[in-house]
Amino acid sequence: MSALSARLKPDPALLLVAPAVIFLLLFFIYPFGYGFVLSFTPAEGDWLANYRKFFSDEHLWRTVIITFQLSLPVTILNVGLALPIAFQLRRKTAYQRWVTTLLVIPITLGTVLIAEGMLTYFGPRGWLSQFLQLLHIYDGPIRLTHNFIGVVISLGISGFPFCFLLMLSYVTGIDPTLARAAATLGAGPFAQFRYIYLPLLMPGLAITFCLAFVQAFSVFPSAVLVGAPSGPTRVISLAAYEAAFEQYDYSMASAVAMIMGFSQLVVVVIVLALRRSLYRGPASGGKG
Amino acid sequence: MQTAEFAAMNSNFQELRLASVSRHFENPSGQRIAALHELTLTIKRGEFICLLGPSGCGKTTALNCIAGLLPVTGGTISLDERRIDLLPPEKRGFGMVFQNYALFPHMTVRKNVAFGLMMRGTKSDEMASRVARAFRLVQLTGHEDKLPGQLSGGQQQRVAIARAIVIEPPLLLMDEPLSNLDAKLRLEMRAEIRRIHRELDRTTIYVTHDQDEALSLADRIVVMKDGLVQQVAGPEEVYAEPSNIHVARFMGYRNVLELEVGARNGIAVTLEGSGLDLQGTAKQELSGPRASVAIRPEDLSVGAGPNAIRGRVENVEYGGHDSLADVKTAGGVLLHARTGARVAVGDEVSLTITPERVLVYPAEGAA
Repeated sequence: MSALSARLKPDPALLLVAPAVIFLLLFFIYPFGYGFVLSFTPAEGDWLANYRKFFSDEHLWRTVIITFQLSLPVTILNVGLALPIAFQLRRKTAYQRWVTTLLVIPITLGTVLIAEGMLTYFGPRGWLSQFLQLLHIYDGPIRLTHNFIGVVISLGISGFPFCFLLMLSYVTGIDPTLARAAATLGAGPFAQFRYIYLPLLMPGLAITFCLAFVQAFSVFPSAVLVGAPSGPTRVISLAAYEAAFEQYDYSMASAVAMIMGFSQLVVVVIVLALRRSLYRGPASGGKG
Repeated sequence: MQTAEFAAMNSNFQELRLASVSRHFENPSGQRIAALHELTLTIKRGEFICLLGPSGCGKTTALNCIAGLLPVTGGTISLDERRIDLLPPEKRGFGMVFQNYALFPHMTVRKNVAFGLMMRGTKSDEMASRVARAFRLVQLTGHEDKLPGQLSGGQQQRVAIARAIVIEPPLLLMDEPLSNLDAKLRLEMRAEIRRIHRELDRTTIYVTHDQDEALSLADRIVVMKDGLVQQVAGPEEVYAEPSNIHVARFMGYRNVLELEVGARNGIAVTLEGSGLDLQGTAKQELSGPRASVAIRPEDLSVGAGPNAIRGRVENVEYGGHDSLADVKTAGGVLLHARTGARVAVGDEVSLTITPERVLVYPAEGAA
């Protein structure tokens, strides 16, 4: 009885959450709500005018498709590469530490720095191009920058280490005795991966996919610097930027931002819904 | 094709031979250390072997080498005439029960048990009947569709055993399977393991650090220390006649004294020192002037008889059926005696022991 009333009394320690809540309210909830309302109050026309304009102007609605075309394959590629590499490096060795360091370095570089480097290396007069032509391996013009491929490479370089680090922590979290047990039961290396590691990694894979996707979907600098921002890599964040800072139409920019957020949300919700159907318990087999 | 391969593997064998099996590793400063040194042992079909020793003695290393989970760095392992130490674990087909059970947490208990059969490509109707039989054997029928996390420790342990035996392995390996269970459950599961062994007649190698477990389960016990085999013998012999002072210490000979060797007549030895004068039996060749004497607390009794030792009771631990008394002699030697007699702290008592139960080994420093 007394325990119950004690539990109903608010715990003063809860006040410690206040700064975080206030911060969230001021810097996330309020601006988000503000933008949401703003997107429905266009300078001219009715409350849906911005959205109607977005979905009727090909120059605008295409950006959603372009962004998906960029971010989905890049995310699948990054996660798909990170999984086997992280799996191979699951055992602690000196070699693992070196490779991990090497693979993680790009995360410390900004997208702008990566773009700079790419222009020098992958550009039409870049090292790669000159090298290939010098050896007459490929004599035609090599165009790996200022187009769709350029942005894919840039997103790969900046996104992969992130996926790799996440996957590495998921892989090393799986009790290696499970694979040993599977081996004694007749499972070869592939079967161990297929029946033990992969199912236990799927939840982590889903989370990694979501985070990597959201990151790739909001691509902006590399789309401008190593892409073709007027056409093939005119991504949605660019459309929002133009509306806000070239046309000074904040209402329209908010609407674009809302559509962008909604698109990301759809993918994340689908992936997390799939994740719900998977086993999500601890990745170790029993006590101790 | 896969089925045929495994079927060949499961063909009955007569002997598992370990010949000088060693496992070395390099420590951080580059030295080669033997976790297991030249283990030579022949195991007959149907035998229950216990590898017994303190932690770090190499018993789990030996088991992992047999299972194929650790490569050997020397020696050979063969089933009859076929050498197997170079095969990966999945090609050996030995069932293994792990210390932490290593049940697949994302699979139902049924799928866990069926896993080995699935890997062998067993037909689904045969698989179903064999899995059901395994569940009956470990008395877990009715729990098939739960996840391992929903079972108690003892039940998980049974699943681990079922998973290992359902593949009908020629050899069943168990790595301290009872160490995570509470005392009562451990006794029950011990009887279960013994019953399953009797019913299936599978050759079993069982690793443990618990001498009671080894004594109650094994046909033969392999006592190990620091990667070396100390004694290979039946439970009675290991219990009554430890081959050296290390085995004696590990098998519960709590009183180990270092005394002067006096008169000798064959294996009958007189020992002196610290005010004691004991008649003992040599178990190894004695070379030096001093010897280690091992006496089990159970072998000392209160009363008159040979080898009378007078002392004062310092402490008594009541143990129900009997008590453990710490007795200090005039010469300052502390002896542990397990006795049914009622003794109290401060009592002057006389202890006695037959010379056959005073085991004499070379002094530890000299050995």
